[in-house]
Formats: sequence, C-alpha cells, structure tokens
Amino acid sequence: MSDVLRQNLLSPVALAFALGVTAKLIRSEFSLPKDVYAGLAAYLLLALGLKGGAELAHASFSVVALPAAATLALGVVTPLLSYFVLRVLGRFSIPDAAGIAAHYGSVSAVTFIAAQNFAKAMGAEVEGFLPTLLTLLESPGIHIALALGALKVATPGRSRSSVLHEVLTARTMVLLVGGLAVGFLMGEHNWASIEGFFDSKGAIFKGALTLFILEMGILAGSRLSDLKKVGPFLFGFAILMPVVHGALGAALGTLAGLSVGGAAVLGAMAASASYIAAPPAVRMTLPEANPTFYLTAALAITFPFNLLLGIPLYFGVSRWLHALVTT
Amino acid sequence: MNTVPLKLLTIIAEPILETRLTADLKEMGASGFTVTESRGEGSRGIRAGEVPGSGIRIETVVTEEVSGRILDFVARHYFPSYAVIAFVSAVDVVRGDKYV
Repeated sequence: MSDVLRQNLLSPVALAFALGVTAKLIRSEFSLPKDVYAGLAAYLLLALGLKGGAELAHASFSVVALPAAATLALGVVTPLLSYFVLRVLGRFSIPDAAGIAAHYGSVSAVTFIAAQNFAKAMGAEVEGFLPTLLTLLESPGIHIALALGALKVATPGRSRSSVLHEVLTARTMVLLVGGLAVGFLMGEHNWASIEGFFDSKGAIFKGALTLFILEMGILAGSRLSDLKKVGPFLFGFAILMPVVHGALGAALGTLAGLSVGGAAVLGAMAASASYIAAPPAVRMTLPEANPTFYLTAALAITFPFNLLLGIPLYFGVSRWLHALVTT
Repeated sequence: MNTVPLKLLTIIAEPILETRLTADLKEMGASGFTVTESRGEGSRGIRAGEVPGSGIRIETVVTEEVSGRILDFVARHYFPSYAVIAFVSAVDVVRGDKYV
C-alpha cells in the first residue's frame, strides 16, 4: 500500500497541486490568468464529453443501464445524506446545509480524471462510458440540495424556471452534455481525427490537467487561512463524508457490474465535491449560505484529501468488494 | 454645447450577478449600460463573492426617477446577501434624449 501511496503522491497532478499551494503560502504573486484557467476547464470538460460520447456510441444499452441507474441513485442519496448530517449533527442553518450538500451531491470532474488515471496506473481497466455517468451525477445533486434549501427559504424575485435555466446552461453542463452528444454523433472515423488532441490518455490532456491543477492549488492555498473559520465539524465532514460516499459508490458500482477500476472511479465521483458547477448555482439560489463554508470545504479539504488519500482508498475498497463478490 | 442634467448610477457587484442586474436595469427603464470588470476589497472582504471571476462595475445614465427605482430594487433584492454597492452621481450629458 505504501508503494501505491507514494506513486499517487508523486504523480504530476499531486505535485502540481502542492506547487500551487506552496506558491500561495510563500505569497508569490503567480497565478494563472483567469481566461487561461477558464479555457483549460473548457478543454478538459469538452474532452471528457467527447470521449465519453465516442465510447457510448459502441457500448450496448444493457451494459450501461445498471451503472447509470446506480449513478442516479448516488446523485439522489449523497445530497440528502449530506444535508441530513449537516443539519442534524452539525446544526448548520438550512441555507448553509443545503449549499454544502449541493457541493457534495455534485461531482468534481478533475477528481474523476485523477481517479481514472490512478486506476489505469494500477493496471485496472476503466469502462469507456464512465464520462456518461459523470454527466448523470453532475446536476441532480445540485438540484436536490438547492430544492431542499429553496423550499424552506424563499428566494426573492427569482422564479424557479430562471434558476433552472441558469443551472442547466452552466458551462459544465453545456460542455459535458454537449460533448457527449457531439462525440456520440460524430462516429469512430471522426473521433480518430481529433483523438490526438482530446484523448484523456494523451500527453496534451494530461499536460493541460497539470496546469489546471496548479491553479487549483493556488485557489486552495488562498483558502487555507479560512480553515480556522470552518470549524472542526465541517473539517471532519469534509473528510469523512467523502469516505462514506466513496464506499457507497464503489459498492453500488460493484453491484451494477462495473470492473474494479470502474467501481473505484464511480466511488471517487460520489466522494468528490463540485467546485466549478456548484458554487455559482448555490451563490445565485441560496445567497444566504456562507461561501466560505462550501468553497473551503470542497476545494481546500475534500479535493486534496481525495486526490492524495481518497482515490487509493476507494480503489482498495473496490478491489476488496470485487474479491468478496467473486468468492 | 447644450447639456442635460441626469444621473449616473454605478453598481459594483460580484460577477455572477451580471446577467440578472443588467436585465433588471433594462426592465426598470435604463436605455443602456456599460459593464467593466473590476477588482477591489470592501466590508465583506474580497471573499464574499468568490465564485471565481472578477467583480463587475455597471454604469448607466438614467433620469432621477429611474435611478431611484433601480436603487430601491437593488437595495431590496441584493444588498442583504450579496457583495453589492450602488451610488448615484450627478452628470451633465450631451444628447440627453438618448437616456430618457
């Protein structure tokens, strides 16, 4: 296991993240221009969508159906569980609990990519249609949690449909779902012509990911001073809730027939907290929720935890579950 | 040159509010507006709206009546929970009919 950890800690993404945090700690003025950051995010999301769509085009419905159902179940259970834990055990206000739950019910695409890379580095195959599951998990969690919050707290002057429009047309949805559709429609031949640029196994993709994570390290580093403000409960929540969600995801993935790698990646998806799609949606719909709570928890605690320790853990759980099922 | 006294209404807000605020302005009678990206720090700290992105500064030239209406609306809907400030200054503009 220590070999696995070392390999994970010394991966380019983990080191780039550490470099970003360090840059912030030594008060370097460096940060990626925000348009570059937005451009890299668009590239990564579109690449995931395209690849997923191309793979989906030659996956049979029966293979995808059960994992898709498992993913939707996770999308419903994780925000509700998070909300309940935050509200009842953590005694957070309704908007705060719903805002944080929206982040933990949704998914981090970068964590997904890191988990996929980790599984492949461990020699495990990962089903090609998993990006489809990523898109399925992306929005239900946000909507469920926001609905929970909005039911209890009236948002002034915003109709439900305009909020829905804002969430559904957010760039992550457009790029992921749009990419899936484009990848699905374009066919094997056309995918081959752009695969070199968009392939998530390729050097271009991994390089872009490394740059993107460098900036995430900087963003996380700038939140380190907020760690004191989130309090011990939320700190513990940001580590333990992902472990629970991750185990649940790996278990449901295993039951749904995913491979060791696939179930581990689904676990990492369920464990991850969104920080691209969820924050603007929560800010717009539940402005009373304190952004320091959800941004710090998702970005400065859960993301690095998953990246460094969580992913190997979910992989271990998945392997153990598969051994259990086959014997 | 003939100038007309009007009001310059400036709203500085967190970026996610851009679409909403500009729609609100037009709905309440502003004939146009200018949005610029901005940076700064205020009583809520630089973090309050820190969903990534710069702040925005929206400027619009309107009649006194419209500026009052917009200020009321912004105060009611956005001041409680968002990082937003708004202020009005007196300006003299040429081609005053463009703004009413």
